[in-house]
Amino acid sequence: MSGADIHVLPDRHVARTRGVTRRFGSTIALDGVDLDVAAGTITGLLGPNGAGKSALLSLLTGLRRPGSGVVELFGGGPTDPARRRRLGVTPQETGLPDTLRVGEVLDFVSRHYPQPRPAGEVLERFGLSGLQRRQCGGLSGGQKRRLAVALAFVGDPAVVVLDEPTTGLDVEARRALWDGVREFHHRGGTVLLTSHYLDEIEELAQRVVVIGGGKVLTEGDTASIRRVVGLSLVELRAAVLPELAGVVRDEVDGDRHRLHTPDADRLVRDLVRSGVPFHDLQVRTASLEEAFLTLTEGRAA
Amino acid sequence: MSALALTRTHFRFLLLENLRVPIAVGSAAIFPALSLLFFVVPFGFGDDVVAATSAVIQLAVFGVLSSFLFTFGVGVADDREKAWDPYVRTLPAAATPRIVGRLLTGFVFALIAIVPVTIVGAALTAASVTPLRFLAGLVAMLVAGLPFLPGGLAVGYSMPVKAALPVMQLIFFPLAFGGGLFLPPQLFPGWLQTISEVLPSRGARAVVIWAVQGIAPSLLTIVSFVLWVVATAALAGWAYRRDEGRRFR
Repeated sequence: MSGADIHVLPDRHVARTRGVTRRFGSTIALDGVDLDVAAGTITGLLGPNGAGKSALLSLLTGLRRPGSGVVELFGGGPTDPARRRRLGVTPQETGLPDTLRVGEVLDFVSRHYPQPRPAGEVLERFGLSGLQRRQCGGLSGGQKRRLAVALAFVGDPAVVVLDEPTTGLDVEARRALWDGVREFHHRGGTVLLTSHYLDEIEELAQRVVVIGGGKVLTEGDTASIRRVVGLSLVELRAAVLPELAGVVRDEVDGDRHRLHTPDADRLVRDLVRSGVPFHDLQVRTASLEEAFLTLTEGRAA
Repeated sequence: MSALALTRTHFRFLLLENLRVPIAVGSAAIFPALSLLFFVVPFGFGDDVVAATSAVIQLAVFGVLSSFLFTFGVGVADDREKAWDPYVRTLPAAATPRIVGRLLTGFVFALIAIVPVTIVGAALTAASVTPLRFLAGLVAMLVAGLPFLPGGLAVGYSMPVKAALPVMQLIFFPLAFGGGLFLPPQLFPGWLQTISEVLPSRGARAVVIWAVQGIAPSLLTIVSFVLWVVATAALAGWAYRRDEGRRFR
């Protein structure tokens, strides 16, 4: 099997799961998850902490086996090392071995692959040139993060899995990293990335899969997902409020209201038009956690 | 990539990672030799061939015990806290190169721990051994380490580094003393001799003394030693499975 014939087939799924469940002790981490990752796409897994993203990735990268259901990577089980030859994964930056040099870590990883990329090229792509002799423990936070992402690309992969790739990066480093990911995608690479920031997913992914409570809650293109989970939070104080259209959730604490809505502009206009006295108005984007609470409560109701 | 080449890669990487912390390597290697120098050589035990040879053996066993408990115990606890180990498991390699690499690293550190004490013993005491017996002794050292390897793993898989370190020290000194690795057990009072015979460290000492000096241990010591090997292996397996369940994020 050569890697090349895998990622040129346009409609082939490089990774997929069917009815996957996994429990850890009494916790149900995944509950019947179906996921398809088509070759040459960037798919974003979106969900708050504890949603099951990491558990799903641990199955797809061969770290664990599912309790039931099927997990496939390049048409076979990812626990078979041969299936992982065209897979690149990012360690968390806290995990790099402090005492080893950057060059040694790259060398170690590249020895696992039949046709690794030259170390110099990988370092350059992620702005790490000249740091080969530096011990990992002596790198800055941003450099560690970039090295971690670079390791995913060392083996010349067809698929890379990036788990929260830009956590802790400044704006400039984040842009550089996004550019690297896009370049890989333009050359035909497949990307599966997780984030709990909708903005990050929107910036890169074409397709978003929303995970919560171990289930796929919804999936679609970024615009449609934004409509579902991209809520605004309108906070204000008022003795009494009229019925307002588009409020998906209303938390009241004394005279303090927290209104969740997909359209804050319209809500504020309606509010002003109604003539009801209010003060301390604040509008901000609801966090994903807040949006998820609304989403899951909406389902239960 | 052949399995052999990958094993070499993992071995080299782990060795390098551990050697970069020279204080850890150094203290494990120096302690047995210093003990021999301070507690055996000046007190005349060193002049008697049998006693001197036993003294070198028991301190070398101490070196093996400490390297196994620390490389496999604290080392594994440390791995579990870092995200590096799960990352390495996503690379296209089976588990074998990684496991064999770690075992070999433990063996190298055990070897590093017994070299200085052997040299001091040969140079400054009456300890003596035939080349064949010496080789038998090296093999016996590995056998002697058998309960401490899974014992270390069991601790490593059950607790974080901050707890694993003191727990190791707590287990390690009474075990080493009780097993006769500091003082020969013949000097113990009767009740302690009885306890000593069932300790894994006593079994470890006895196995090597048997190979090098031909002094057969008691049946109780051998049976206890075998039971310890089985028990620690079972414990390590249990701790590993329990850990897999808990480590979920």
